[in-house]
Amino acid sequence: MLAHPDPAGFLPLDQLPELLSLLMRQGYQCLGPAPEHGAIVMRPLQTSSDLARGLQAEQAPGHYRLTHDSDNRYFAWAHGPQAIKPHTFAPQESVWQVDRDLAGVLQFRPVMPEPPLQALIGVRACDLAALALQDAHFLREGRRDPQYAQRRERLFLVAVQCAVPAATCFCASTGDGPTPTAGYDLALAELAEGFVTVAGSEKGAAVLRALNLSPATAGQIETARQQGEQAAAVQTRSLPGQNLRDALMSRLEHPRWDEVAARCLACGNCTAVCPTCFCHAETDVPALDGDSSRHERNWDSCFGESHGYLHGFNVRSDIRSRYRQWLTHKLATWHDQFGRGGCVGCGRCIAWCPVGIDLTEEVAALTASEVKP
Amino acid sequence: MKTIAASAVRPRVAVHKFSSCDGCQLAFLNLGEDLLTLASRVDLVHFAEAGPLDPDTEVDVAFVEGSVSTPEDTERIRQIRAHSRLLIAIGACATSGGIQGLRNGVFDSQWVTQIYSHPEAIASLERSTPIASHVKVDFELWGCPVSGPQMLAVVNSLLLGVAPRDNADKVCTECKRRGYPCVMVTHGIACMGPVTRAGCGALCPSLGRDCYGCYGPAENANTDALAARFAGLGLDSVAVVQRFQSINSQAPVFLAAANKIRVSGND
Repeated sequence: MLAHPDPAGFLPLDQLPELLSLLMRQGYQCLGPAPEHGAIVMRPLQTSSDLARGLQAEQAPGHYRLTHDSDNRYFAWAHGPQAIKPHTFAPQESVWQVDRDLAGVLQFRPVMPEPPLQALIGVRACDLAALALQDAHFLREGRRDPQYAQRRERLFLVAVQCAVPAATCFCASTGDGPTPTAGYDLALAELAEGFVTVAGSEKGAAVLRALNLSPATAGQIETARQQGEQAAAVQTRSLPGQNLRDALMSRLEHPRWDEVAARCLACGNCTAVCPTCFCHAETDVPALDGDSSRHERNWDSCFGESHGYLHGFNVRSDIRSRYRQWLTHKLATWHDQFGRGGCVGCGRCIAWCPVGIDLTEEVAALTASEVKP
Repeated sequence: MKTIAASAVRPRVAVHKFSSCDGCQLAFLNLGEDLLTLASRVDLVHFAEAGPLDPDTEVDVAFVEGSVSTPEDTERIRQIRAHSRLLIAIGACATSGGIQGLRNGVFDSQWVTQIYSHPEAIASLERSTPIASHVKVDFELWGCPVSGPQMLAVVNSLLLGVAPRDNADKVCTECKRRGYPCVMVTHGIACMGPVTRAGCGALCPSLGRDCYGCYGPAENANTDALAARFAGLGLDSVAVVQRFQSINSQAPVFLAAANKIRVSGND
């Protein structure tokens, strides 16, 4: 948590609203954790003091329940169903529109989201690692996605160290958490009496300076460090390595793919909650009067029917081939594309799978046996 | 498939009703301003619920709501097919036999005597069946009821000369795009979303309740896996069968799922 040369400050518990007020005064809409439909979701905060408190998120395969945190902490919930993804890569949006003008000529124009400045309060280390991968995809040199870029550059990210990982978490194994190390504007570590606070960007450093905090003591910094180590140590799930490319690509005909396909609903929930999945489908939505049309982009999934559709035939008509596509892209061919795996260890695909398929368990089963020659 | 764009300047459209509740016709009537725009682009020649009556006229497109449920229905659907260039079945009744399909296989003339004061006035077939069991159907729009935007998209595609998009993805895809946390995961309730066709915008999960499958089976619906999950959530086999035997009880995928559980329950 020491990405910026400015020393760590200490934000006392009762001064957390001041951080939010400051961001609001700077024109940011602050989005913070709120319980909704039984889960943590990011919602706009009306005032600087209405941040939810005292919640934990109990997670297991196919299971998520909000529970009470006896220490009444602000950030004892590991995470909700969504990371930063919906705030940068919109689930449904129009990307361009065409109108027929009075002379009958078609006029094309981009549709831009024009979002407000937004501060996300409580993003996790895994979320930041995922955002870096989404940036690599959507902001690639020469293929910059304008809608994504516009939302992305208006974000202010307040990261928080995970002290209470969920049972489904395995970020320590992928090297992406539980303590944020990069990609944030400000990072907090929540202690009993307040927050060790560091800046990770110039924007963040300016906010930190404006807060005029006393420096965090060596003891507080050490407590935060230990808290992070402990949060890594309690994680029970893991992947058998950070590069599974060859291990998986040499097992494309493993019987386990059939076995998991029998349990998989091909509902696509895993891909929707995955913070790195970026697939989308584009469709044209013509207006009924025939004089205009919107080009719409929607989140899509390799578990859907049209995803594997090529001209005249479908390359992935069954669930086996779809599950294999998801796992081998995420953990194997992603290395060719991005220089690392596409899994950041958040475990959302495990908790939010309606039938509780556990990615770490599938990978373990797939890679346990020797590859047949 | 055929479309209507190249044909008439104002395509002639009919909306027919068979055994149904009229809810899918209401999807047309509830379009509001869009209905006026639509009326300026097509000639609505027969639509009893909206006024125009001319059931036997030649049309470019016939929308058919309802299932075939009486001897008279079987004859009438053939007539309509003969007079229509395109025939689109709309709603659960027209695509699967509907809620009245629950009588299939358990029909008993005694029931009619018990329920109706003049049983002689009732002329029901033993089975309620979808339109496609009787005549060629060019496109099926599932749902109970179908949604207005779905109907508009179909009409619009036909007017523009392209085949309507057949979205057989699961309700979950719409549910997650709208940002609703999965109700099966957060509340442990038996949601049919993972085997049900999209189209409703995940209406029930948006209210924190479970999908009950009113849009019929999605493509690649893994009913075995979902039934196993429902059992894991504490539903007994009767309750699991009931999940699949609701609005679209006769849709082959849901019927097979229910029969499989009934058979294994009897073992």
